[in-house]
Amino acid sequence: MKTGARTLIEALQREGVDTIFGYPGGVVLPIYDELYDSSIRHILVRHEQAAAHAADGYARASGRVGVCLATSGPGACNLVTGIATAYMDSIPIVALTGQVPTGLLGNDAFQESDITGITMPVTKHNYLVKDVADLDRVVQEAFYIARTGRPGPVLVDLPKDVTTSPAKSGGTVPETVSLRGYQPTYEGHVRQIDKALDLIARAERPLIYAGGGVVLSGASAELLEFMETAAIPVTTTLMGLGAIPGDHPLCLGMLGMHGTQSANYAVTECDLLLAIGVRFDDRVTGRIETFAPNAAVVHIDIDPAEIGKNKKVDVPIVGDVKAVLQAFLRRMKKRGDTANWVSKINTWKAQYPLGYCDDGRLRPQYVVEQLSDILKGEGIIVSEVGQNQMWTALYYCFKKPRTWITSGGLGTMGYGLPAAIGAHYARPDMPVVDVAGDGSIQMNIQEFGTVAQYDIPVKVVILNNMYLGMVRQWQELFYDRRYSYTELPPVDFVKIANAYGIEGLKVEEKDGVRGAIETALATDGPFVLDFRVEREENVFPMVPAGAAINEMIGVRQR
Amino acid sequence: MKQHTLSVLVENRAGVLSRVAGMFSRRGFNIESLAVGTCEEPNMSRITIVVNGDDGVVEQMMKQTNKLIDVIKVSDLTARESVKRELALIKVAAETGAARAEILQIADIFRALVVDVGAKTLVLQVTGDTGKIDALETLLRQYGIKELVRTGKIALLRGAKTVKSSK
Ligand SMILES: Cc1ncc(C[n+]2csc(CCOP(=O)(O)OP(=O)(O)O)c2C)c(N)n1
Ligand SMILES: [Mg+2]
Repeated sequence: MKTGARTLIEALQREGVDTIFGYPGGVVLPIYDELYDSSIRHILVRHEQAAAHAADGYARASGRVGVCLATSGPGACNLVTGIATAYMDSIPIVALTGQVPTGLLGNDAFQESDITGITMPVTKHNYLVKDVADLDRVVQEAFYIARTGRPGPVLVDLPKDVTTSPAKSGGTVPETVSLRGYQPTYEGHVRQIDKALDLIARAERPLIYAGGGVVLSGASAELLEFMETAAIPVTTTLMGLGAIPGDHPLCLGMLGMHGTQSANYAVTECDLLLAIGVRFDDRVTGRIETFAPNAAVVHIDIDPAEIGKNKKVDVPIVGDVKAVLQAFLRRMKKRGDTANWVSKINTWKAQYPLGYCDDGRLRPQYVVEQLSDILKGEGIIVSEVGQNQMWTALYYCFKKPRTWITSGGLGTMGYGLPAAIGAHYARPDMPVVDVAGDGSIQMNIQEFGTVAQYDIPVKVVILNNMYLGMVRQWQELFYDRRYSYTELPPVDFVKIANAYGIEGLKVEEKDGVRGAIETALATDGPFVLDFRVEREENVFPMVPAGAAINEMIGVRQR
Repeated sequence: MKQHTLSVLVENRAGVLSRVAGMFSRRGFNIESLAVGTCEEPNMSRITIVVNGDDGVVEQMMKQTNKLIDVIKVSDLTARESVKRELALIKVAAETGAARAEILQIADIFRALVVDVGAKTLVLQVTGDTGKIDALETLLRQYGIKELVRTGKIALLRGAKTVKSSK
């Protein structure tokens, strides 16, 4: 007899799902029984949070929808942080959860939780399937909603009786999804596009501020062609790193709280800001009143609600970044004269390079630089959250989209290791490195178990400062060095790795860094590197909270 | 800050009201009143929401509402010709004959209906725009309002225009 569970698996196969990250439990037994001899690969994580992050990492690395699966109640609740992480960064995942049988819904039944209610604020949409006849349609809609428009997570809650009951021959599955309440706009408005092009032709100091939307839209080639054709410098957000090559002469690196000096100065002095696939997050803008104070603003985004949300916009363009940039390229007749501006920016770049104290000690920035130098952009870099994340963003040279995977919007510690697992399954051809902090790695360190079980060749680079470093940095700078509960006792991460059957190396000298990274990368399986770095190193430059982004501290000048 | 009346056409599905209301509270948008019920289309409901806010804030409210998958159409009726009505039931103390007579007179002027007569109370039903109901409430306060319930405002465009087309 074909059951709801079988229907589900077939619907997932129709969506092209090849991998599910999950964790079993009572009410999902029927689904697990179907998975047992299904062609879909299931990766057993050690905590449901990791299943959600792995699905997210899979989606970011591949551009396809990631899938996770958990049981009802505690299993579903454990997914929540991962779903919220995906939501904040607009990542397409479908989360499948078991639920108590429909007859028990609302009864406080064993392992019942109202997961559609709980996740309403952190999903793009969610479903509670009450009738097996709806299953095909719901799964199809869920994937469609997750990947189209502004992508995002969708949760599908599946009561046990729905997965056990006989499938209803609901007829054929429709070719296309049509939802009268959901019709994203892909093509930009031609009149608005021409207005923007007119501003571009007249601007003397134009700047492109590019974000995660460029990566999500797959618009890197278009952005590169446009910036080169129009000779406009580009700064990217944390989420936009890799959208264009970091070593491109027109690339200014990251802007914002830990942005480069040249990027933040350029924003402050530009007369035209082309905001592409961004959302003017407070970590980017600093004090919003002083953000790009001299600029006319063109904002391109697929989500109309982002336009004008934080910053007044002169030319709003609602549409898919790729489609709009293609229209820009087609319709552009004249470019502005930006030579003076570009040379000014080059002066800044030369005058204010990133840098740190090079006194022979083992500094975290050096580790990231070496990693960058060895991989040359040919790898996927995942990060945890904190100083490790910012140093990676600043000192690793990203060259291609989808090679940088980090929790930007939610800033979820513990994201990196499971996301790296997901990235590996999306791109088994690429080396995957998780740059971690000693605090963050301990938030999902149980995933060493998953890595070991499936021999996933993820390399974990721990920048071990024995602190919750980013919080300590704020305490040092703004709380009189009162290190309240931010010191972490030393942990022997190599021993932990070994206990799971994973190789590892502890590195305490600068001299050992390069060789250790090469050893890890040359090893077939997973590898853990524990770098004992300078403990009180800070991430600079930094814009203090509430300041304008050109008011940076910890700046350097050559 | 200005008062806006939003007409929201939604899929008639479980949870849709909590999606809309939850989004408003999550984003810190204040709802003055909210009325929901079925409408001319069998699978849709219409929610009328009255909110206060600057134009920019109301624009955000509308865009965020529109983003919900179950929302089909959002319109701001404020600046457009529309009929707006609210219904209230007011239980007012009427212990003496004199009070009773006065209340009935007031009710008459407001075209309120007396829908229940008790030994010590009257229940009036009044419809109208918000201002009219406020005025009646103020007048009746001197007699002692025991209980009062309002439906929240509902509204429709005047003439042949409708709030229907897909978003
Ligand atoms: C789940 C979670 N809890 C708390 C925080 C707040 N937080 C941000 S960075 C940070 C410290 C991270 O420490 P570590 O992983 O060692 O990284 P480091 O900054 O030292 O490189 C903390 C606690 C967070 N981002 N996520
Ligand atoms: Mg640390």
